[in-house]
Amino acid sequence: MSTIGQSVRRTEAPNKVTGRAKYNADTHVPGTLWAHLAVSSEAHAKILGIDRDNAMTMAGVKAIVTGDDVSLLCGEVLEDRPPLAKSKVRYYGEPIALVVATGEAEAILAALAIQVDYQKLPVVHTPLEAMSSDAPLIHEDLGHYVIAQPPISPQPGTNIADVVKLRKGDMNVGWKSSAVSIEGNFTLPSIDHAAMETRSAKVEILHDGRVIVHTTTQAPFEVQKLLSQYFGIKQGKVIVNAPLVGGAFGGKATVQLEILAYLASKAVGGRLVQLVNSREQDFKTSPVGTGLQAKIKLGATRQGKLTAAELTFWVDVGAYTDSSPRMARAITSDCTGPYRVDHVHCDTYCLYTNHTYATAYRGFGHMPMTFCIERAMDKLANALSIDPLQLRRLNAIQPGQTTPTGVTLNLSRLGNLDACIDRMNDLVTKPPGQVTRVAPHRVRATGVSCFWKTSSSPPDASSGAIITFNQEGSMNLSTGTVEFGAGTKTTSAQILAERMDMSIEDIHVHTHINTKVDPEHWKTVASLSTFMVGRAVLDAADDAISQLKSLAAVVLRCAPTDLAVGQGRVFIKDDPTMNVAFKDIVHGYQYPEGNAIGGQVIGRGTYIVRHLSPLNPDDGQGRPGPAWTVGCQAVEVELDTSDGTYEILRAMTVVDIGRLINPKGALGMVMGGMCQGLGYGSREAVRYDALGRLVTDQFRTYRTMRMGEQPNYQVDFIETPQIDAPYGARAVGEHGVLAIPSALANALARAAGVEIDSLPATPEAIWRLGTEVQA
Amino acid sequence: MFSYTTRQSLILQVNQDALTVTPRPSDTLLYTLRQELGFTGAKPGCENGDCGACTVIFDNLPLKSCLMLTAEAVGHEITTVEGLHHTALQDAFMDHWAFQCGYCTSGFLTTAHALLTRHPDADRQTMVEWLRSNLCRCTGYQEIGDAVWSVLQARQT
Repeated sequence: MSTIGQSVRRTEAPNKVTGRAKYNADTHVPGTLWAHLAVSSEAHAKILGIDRDNAMTMAGVKAIVTGDDVSLLCGEVLEDRPPLAKSKVRYYGEPIALVVATGEAEAILAALAIQVDYQKLPVVHTPLEAMSSDAPLIHEDLGHYVIAQPPISPQPGTNIADVVKLRKGDMNVGWKSSAVSIEGNFTLPSIDHAAMETRSAKVEILHDGRVIVHTTTQAPFEVQKLLSQYFGIKQGKVIVNAPLVGGAFGGKATVQLEILAYLASKAVGGRLVQLVNSREQDFKTSPVGTGLQAKIKLGATRQGKLTAAELTFWVDVGAYTDSSPRMARAITSDCTGPYRVDHVHCDTYCLYTNHTYATAYRGFGHMPMTFCIERAMDKLANALSIDPLQLRRLNAIQPGQTTPTGVTLNLSRLGNLDACIDRMNDLVTKPPGQVTRVAPHRVRATGVSCFWKTSSSPPDASSGAIITFNQEGSMNLSTGTVEFGAGTKTTSAQILAERMDMSIEDIHVHTHINTKVDPEHWKTVASLSTFMVGRAVLDAADDAISQLKSLAAVVLRCAPTDLAVGQGRVFIKDDPTMNVAFKDIVHGYQYPEGNAIGGQVIGRGTYIVRHLSPLNPDDGQGRPGPAWTVGCQAVEVELDTSDGTYEILRAMTVVDIGRLINPKGALGMVMGGMCQGLGYGSREAVRYDALGRLVTDQFRTYRTMRMGEQPNYQVDFIETPQIDAPYGARAVGEHGVLAIPSALANALARAAGVEIDSLPATPEAIWRLGTEVQA
Repeated sequence: MFSYTTRQSLILQVNQDALTVTPRPSDTLLYTLRQELGFTGAKPGCENGDCGACTVIFDNLPLKSCLMLTAEAVGHEITTVEGLHHTALQDAFMDHWAFQCGYCTSGFLTTAHALLTRHPDADRQTMVEWLRSNLCRCTGYQEIGDAVWSVLQARQT
């Protein structure tokens, strides 16, 4: 029986419903010291002095580390971030001092007793403010920072950390051939990942020099690499453990607490120290998902064919760049949305502000980017008086056409957007342009949006897989992906079961990652795990099969090519009754007289992405990812035009998934993404007061969706195989979220008769835009 | 007058065992369950009652264990997710894919289990009201609602 296409249970499911699944902060070794952070109460200020004398005398305090004790700048792309603020603070909640004490309470009390003397500096609140020539400078040393991972183009003397330029076609031709043009300005707030498990890290430095790390991470191999690099430790001595992760959404792909926990351990002679974010610190001290401002101008023929797109994105990277320069390139690569536009001009700026620094968030910039382009598409539909779904169908990108960065698409690389839109046309039942009055003050409307995304991974991202056998013939699978809920372990077990023609019950997946024994996977991000790990697993399976056949050929006295593998046996293709069981050969074969041959079968597989290239700094041309996933989403709302309150009735997604490996798993990923997208569209925003202090540091102020607020979900899949992917499966982990906020805004804009060009679309925001006019 | 100013031994009734703990007066029930007794199925998500990940069953009612001091729990019957064994609810959560990362799952299970005990005849609206006390960031909530509803319905027919 085939395992592909079956909704097999998650491998870790039984432990998750019994409380037995262990997350990072669930294991506590007696004697562990606790670290706690003292953080900045200012958004932008010079540090005149830090008084730790009182705190040092408090009960249980072992050490206090401040920025003066550490000479280090961190950053994935640009090394601009001191792990503990040095001479100035750049955001509210920034780590200032690290207290290590015998217990959690002792550490917290001492952290509260640390006195910081500030000299306040003017605060930069928005990316556009940061662009202004008289804006306060946030990084005076921008010209002296080390570039860790090019490309990036910092502009010293400004708040511009990076600029990405994309030029395709000839804008003069584009505008000349257009008959209609529209323009839109958009403002999107930063958001929080709000994973249910807060981030934490534990570090112990052993006397033999080994550094043992346990952390909530999507990127254990990145943690290993950076700790090695920052502290001059041989990589082999840094061992990073990643147990089950309680939700991540990109927020745990960055390296922050691990560095601090290392500094804490170092300060107390290498003892085991744990640093666990409170919910409040997880909101204000650890990085958020990026917000941005944008200006978009689209031109089209009278019939609605897009001719030109001019886009500027001002990305709010907050106080430090982290992965934002890579994200800016991801935004730029797919800036037109999944539409054919021959003439494109896009500038994306990464701007420092005095906000919490930003890192990857599900979609890697594609959710805010998609919001802007899809709101612009609805404006164009209005200007042309064309049905919004028809406008998208008319412009949907096709095989043979090129992306903004010049990649020529084919069906395998792209998928079938036409089919997604056509299926959506059936699902929405009424034309999306139509507004229906259901009561004197209540109207219904549907908004639609399309999305596309590729991975924007480094051109050398790689993945590995190792298969070993138990003597009974069952298999152990080791890969480098972290399980944070996306089901990557289950998917890779399914892929292996399918290739080996075995029951998934006989595949045992290594769940907790240990960088010392598990093969590297770049990072569990970018929805790439099924593709990259899946390819490595298939490679390892083929390697194991070849070894099994070689040994079985001796036992069965035939050529290896006569043999096939299935159901835990190697058998002769034309006579399966002649076979040998895995259990008799996987640890060597023993002849009846006692002699043995062969040895353990160990399958080894690798995959490295191919043919990718970084974007050219002059025109942004290059190949950012192996393939795209395309789809169409819609949201139906019922709005009370008297006060702006609304109900989200239905949310719909049609996505070209390539091939369904696990239908219920895929459905859950898409629905969960849609729910997050509705949260971002309707209520979520990281908010700061006039002094730049973050005010949304709890779930009662940072509101996410709750049970009963979710709509009726309708999800449908198109299956256009991606030929180079395992069984044709496309990336789908992030995509459910991408076009939902714009679809919601498009629906509300139609229902209320106003332009909703910023988020979140709260009832108050809609009411302020003047709903009554339409009532 | 009752005075409790330093660590002292208390007996908690957890998952049908009488267990001795030595908390500080300020220790929450969640802290003691996790740090002293190892019932780490109860998760800290916010430690101020917003998220419900730490929910335990307290004399047949769901209770956010971060909001109660350990001392207040003496003399009461506490069930953590570790105290649920092979229930239809746990199977339903697996069959309906009612979790992804699993971090909120213990809290949803204990809340739903209390609902099944207190209101076996609950309608869908009542179920939703009960489950609103807990946050999930991964699923679309429909999967969790469907899982709990499937058990309620099976009991009601």
